[in-house]
Amino acid sequence: MVGLATVLGAGGGTSSYKEIEETDVILLWGSNAREAHPIFFHHLLKGLDNGATMYAVDPRRTSSARFADLWLGIEVGSDVALANTVAREIIAADLHDKAFVAHSTRNFAELKAAVEPYTLERGAELTGVPADAIREMAHAYATAEKAQILWTLGITEHHNAVDNVLALCNLALLTGHVGRWGSGLVPLRGQNNVQGGGDMGALPDKFPGFQNVNDPDAIAKFEAAWGTKLNPEPGIHLTLMFEAMERSEIKAVYVIGENPADSEADINHARAMLASLDLLVVQDIFLTRTAEMADVVFPASIAWAESNGTVTSSERRVQRVRAAVTPPGEARDDIQILFDLAALMGVDWGQANPEQLWDELRSLSPMHAGMSWERLEAAGGLQWPCPSLDHPGSPFLHAWLWADDLDGREPAPFSAVVHQGPKEELTDEFPLRLTTGRALDSYNTGVQSGGFNSPIRYGDALDMNPADARALSIVDGEVVQVSSPRGSVEMAVRFQPDIPEGLTFTTFHFPELVDANVLTSDAWDKRSGTAEFKAASIRVDRLVGAAHG
Amino acid sequence: MTAVYNNNTADASAEVAVTISIDGADVIVPEGATVLDACNAAGVDTPTLCYAENLTAVNACRLCVVEMDGSRTLIPSCSRPAEDGMVIKTDSERVRHSRKMVLEFLGSGVDLSQADELGTWSEFYGADADRYGPAPARINEPVKIQDDLYIRDYDKCVLCYKCVEACGDDAQHTFAISVSGRGFDARISTEFDITLPDSACVYCGNCVAVCPTNALQFKTEFDLRTVGEWRPEEHEVTTTVCSYCGVGCNLEMHVQDNTIVKVTSPNDHDVTSGHLCIKGRFGWQYVQPTIERGPTT
Amino acid sequence: MADLKFTDDQASAEESAAIDAVIGDERATVHEHPRVIRGGTKRRHRMRHLLLPALHALQTESGWISPGGLNYICEQLQVPPAEAFGVASFYELFKVDQAPGHDEAVTHVCVDGPCRAGSAQVIAGIKAGGGHVHESPCLGQCERPTAVFVQGRRGPNVVKADAPNVLAQHGEPALRLLHRVGVVDPESLDSYRSHGGYAALDAAIAAGPDAVIASLTESGLSGRGGAAFPTGIKWRGVRDADGDTKHIVANCDESEPGTFKDRIVMESDPFALVEAMTIAAVTTGAENGWIYVRGEYPLATARVQNAIDLARSAGLLGDDVAHSGQRFDIEVRRGAGAYICGEETALFNSLEGFRGEPRNKPPYPTTHGLFNQPTAINNPETLLNVLPIVLEGAASYRSVGTESSPGTRLFCLSGDVGNPGLYEFAFGVTLGEVLERAGGVEGELQAVLLGGAAGTFVDSTSLDMALTLEDTRAAGTTLGSGVVMVFNQNADMTDTCTRIAEFFRNESCGQCVPCRVGAVRQHEMLVELRTGGPAMPDDRRQLHDDMARAMADSSICGLGHTACSAVASALTLGLIGTSQ
Repeated sequence: MVGLATVLGAGGGTSSYKEIEETDVILLWGSNAREAHPIFFHHLLKGLDNGATMYAVDPRRTSSARFADLWLGIEVGSDVALANTVAREIIAADLHDKAFVAHSTRNFAELKAAVEPYTLERGAELTGVPADAIREMAHAYATAEKAQILWTLGITEHHNAVDNVLALCNLALLTGHVGRWGSGLVPLRGQNNVQGGGDMGALPDKFPGFQNVNDPDAIAKFEAAWGTKLNPEPGIHLTLMFEAMERSEIKAVYVIGENPADSEADINHARAMLASLDLLVVQDIFLTRTAEMADVVFPASIAWAESNGTVTSSERRVQRVRAAVTPPGEARDDIQILFDLAALMGVDWGQANPEQLWDELRSLSPMHAGMSWERLEAAGGLQWPCPSLDHPGSPFLHAWLWADDLDGREPAPFSAVVHQGPKEELTDEFPLRLTTGRALDSYNTGVQSGGFNSPIRYGDALDMNPADARALSIVDGEVVQVSSPRGSVEMAVRFQPDIPEGLTFTTFHFPELVDANVLTSDAWDKRSGTAEFKAASIRVDRLVGAAHG
Repeated sequence: MTAVYNNNTADASAEVAVTISIDGADVIVPEGATVLDACNAAGVDTPTLCYAENLTAVNACRLCVVEMDGSRTLIPSCSRPAEDGMVIKTDSERVRHSRKMVLEFLGSGVDLSQADELGTWSEFYGADADRYGPAPARINEPVKIQDDLYIRDYDKCVLCYKCVEACGDDAQHTFAISVSGRGFDARISTEFDITLPDSACVYCGNCVAVCPTNALQFKTEFDLRTVGEWRPEEHEVTTTVCSYCGVGCNLEMHVQDNTIVKVTSPNDHDVTSGHLCIKGRFGWQYVQPTIERGPTT
Repeated sequence: MADLKFTDDQASAEESAAIDAVIGDERATVHEHPRVIRGGTKRRHRMRHLLLPALHALQTESGWISPGGLNYICEQLQVPPAEAFGVASFYELFKVDQAPGHDEAVTHVCVDGPCRAGSAQVIAGIKAGGGHVHESPCLGQCERPTAVFVQGRRGPNVVKADAPNVLAQHGEPALRLLHRVGVVDPESLDSYRSHGGYAALDAAIAAGPDAVIASLTESGLSGRGGAAFPTGIKWRGVRDADGDTKHIVANCDESEPGTFKDRIVMESDPFALVEAMTIAAVTTGAENGWIYVRGEYPLATARVQNAIDLARSAGLLGDDVAHSGQRFDIEVRRGAGAYICGEETALFNSLEGFRGEPRNKPPYPTTHGLFNQPTAINNPETLLNVLPIVLEGAASYRSVGTESSPGTRLFCLSGDVGNPGLYEFAFGVTLGEVLERAGGVEGELQAVLLGGAAGTFVDSTSLDMALTLEDTRAAGTTLGSGVVMVFNQNADMTDTCTRIAEFFRNESCGQCVPCRVGAVRQHEMLVELRTGGPAMPDDRRQLHDDMARAMADSSICGLGHTACSAVASALTLGLIGTSQ
């Protein structure tokens, strides 16, 4: 979101799902949507059935990549190198949209200079993908009438996540594949309300509606509405919080609906930090591992099934969630818990009412102003921005890029970014690359998806190229010791002929069985706060006493 | 800049309307609409079985046939595009006869006890499935239970192809099942009839959702029916949004006694078109208020 | 595309080699580099039509569709295994279970029509010799009962009598369509040329497409497959249809019980078929030709393939057909035992590698045919008629036949006549004249089945009926595919009708309810009659009428429309169901 907001001024995917059904070229980059966003993938499949060509960029030949016309299996963390090579090739072949670049963008000269070193040959060297394939993708993307770039955590769970996004934005700006129907930049969101959380201001430096906390006008507006003095200093995000805990600057933490004791990278460090706090409050629907460490636990109702409100999807569509069942025991609505806490602190906010809260948001966030509760009920949701009651919502963003006067805005900036590669380099001691991801039938640390008995579940295993495994005398299914500079776990090896040699992969859905995040890297991007789950270095050892296979 | 892009769709070309006569009344529908659409617009109720708004019409059941002037045979309304000047009869003796016979044919070989609408139509058309002799051929296979998520009861299968389409290129593109064999012996099947867990099935349940006769049934429903506790008339259906990713799929939670018994998605919701993935379809067990949300480790 | 998941079954080296040999070098997924794999929906769709030949290769190699072999095919073509299994299990000639003796040759013995009487003895004889037998529907050799077809394993398929076809009308100057049969060397292009071959193609190229279509239209030629659609209009439709890729398909999936005309034409005059298709190509602008031959016609398949190869060598097929500047080539595809694939849209599905289920029409093949592209699909007999029309003109063509049914017609005489075989008569000949020309009825005439199992019975009261489209239609019967199957007084018509009902029960594709269930219920009713008869109670008779009407009104395709017609006519004529 930081990358998109930097370039285009809005932290949201630019396009509607419907558009991918009608686009011509799809770059699916660092996303296994087939498993992680299956119903979005249905729309993508319609696009393929309608004749679109898909390029899948992913170190693994994922189940999504199997649908691609061409899979480009880049080295983990070489996304900027690939994007820069594509950009250079588009410019060198004179395929960029010169009118669009002149009218709607700035810093082209800087971009051109920055990507100049990324010849096809250098790109091939850095990414491991032959030049022909890069060239083919570059030309297909540039010459398509409509084209979309889609990504997920393969782009953002890196120490240089923002650079990755900026490099992709460069491609859209070079070719004019943004701001119009069928072309766009689409980050797919991992939870039903990641987008909504940001929209609502659950970011360290934003009020609701992406208004800056250090903007005096915004401060004045929110202070007037809330009747209290507000701190103009931006806060800090999760990864910085753990650093602050380490320095004992943060001593009390209130965790709502998050399980950092299982989900953080370099998990042993995270657990130590949480254990060191003076006060840990956890509000959750489960007694998670984090909750078990807490001093106080507030049992919450399940947002999407036991309470009323809204969520916002990856296409910026705000939709209603509704209570289908009554929560068990003492569990209360998240908002009600906050209201009750406020009351104990001496402020009476009354009874929580989601529609009233929503109306307050509409009065403060212009992009939500037109989304009355009634309209949300009737229309099956609305896509922001929707500034007035007669506004139909916005299927895609940034049409201003194509307006004669750019609607009075500054042209969108190119960003000069350089290839860095993963923070953690491979060494003789840890010679294999580990990357992580998700399986179709499971979700994150498995606390929710573990509730049903999936016939296709295989548990966390380490996917290895059979050649790598055989070099270590490992047989398919053998339990081995997997170690990174941070720790070791035991897990089974699964032979995966399609995974390139030198690369390994695991899910992390069963932390009670395999604590995979013991291995993952703690490197993170200072701008986005995301950790580099996608690139660790590991070694694999046969267990002591294992028979020779 | 001269490029002009419509903000809503790439092709908003003016719709052409066609006029078609349904039982003597002129109906105007947009070009591309089917005769069935026109029937619906005319307020004429039409029995359908293999038709679904979120699937390509296969027109296999022939229940929706209507009579068209100039056509030697009856035509399937679900898949025949409406054309200007068509004259359609939906309640002629020929139409009523064919619909009755299709219902009789089905009733003579298939267990339609859980296909509520077909029962109503059978009564309406006076279908008598018992006049086919003492022992008309039928499928007679035991219910297939191979996992905890859904069951297959081939005695209830009318071979409407909906499940195959939902598994295939109308939605899921998994193609775990297909029609195999031929004629009366045709079956919906995996390759060599291997079990579903061994097959390509990804348990999205979209086949179950489109099945019109309960031949495919969620295990929750099957279990409740087995003990006589399935009470659909009491179900409260609440629409909400799935939490398993950021796509925003709408879920219809079917609740009986404050317990979730089934999850579907609305066909007219343009994110899902009624289709879900395994997490959305089956991943709700943890919500069950009857299950303690204890430690997760 | 699909989520492809394969079982652990592996193909044997022989199986994969046999499959590779028919698929060729292209693959749906290409590993270009450890980090680059090419695939995608378009490639997969482009290769799907190789599924049927690949299944044939596997069946021939292993004697069945083994799971490992199927996996291998599916991996190469990226076809979901469930779909491929659905396709394989659709066809009679593919075995999806490892039946005893599957690894030996299988002898298919016809149990239909004139072959029915002698089939039991033939079957017993083969079994006694330790052979593996399959009871088959009509094998298209009705003039020489009892028909057998040997499906070889790792060896050639053969039909019993591979002797030259000699016509009873041999040498008759009136023959327009059959004049080369038994005269020309079917394996020699020179022989074909020396008997007037390829003059029509030269004439068609010289005249140009519009003139050819005008001649066809003027000639009144209509399709001989049964539907009698005007050929000129069909070709005009394809010529005018939008689309760069167009197809000419010869529907040689001759399977109507009692029909063997296509087989004899292909075996004895294959170049004529190739030439006529080439005329269709230069007339409609189609560059792709397909001959879909039923799987039980190995000799016809070989002869047609040979004709294509020789024509290609002579520049009569290929990038510049006979210096016309147009590209056209023909591929031969074998069916695999499914009557329904003679229905044109079912044939398209079969050829494309899907189950041979008919499509709903409209849209029609002229705009949405093979691969959903503009297609002229014609029966071989129809195509043969094109040659004299192009060479001699419409007026000369119309000099025989009637105003509404100009030209000549092929008739397949079988059963209780003196000289069964293939005949050509001008439209308008009476049924009695036909029977007489074929050596007369042996014994006393009880009934004639016109048009095959999908046709109707007539009795001696129809002997004066003129065999034209208009007269037969007026009489409530049909010429259909030209079947004239004769039954004398000794024939057990209840058994014959029961077998016809069984035929439709077995051959219904199963897609639509009226046909899938109706065909079974009709058969059950006939079995009931055979065991409980001879009289059919009124309520059963009413039920049959009800079923017949619904099937004719609401089935998807012609199979369902006509599946009750023969039995209904037998009931009406009192051939069955009466107490006598």
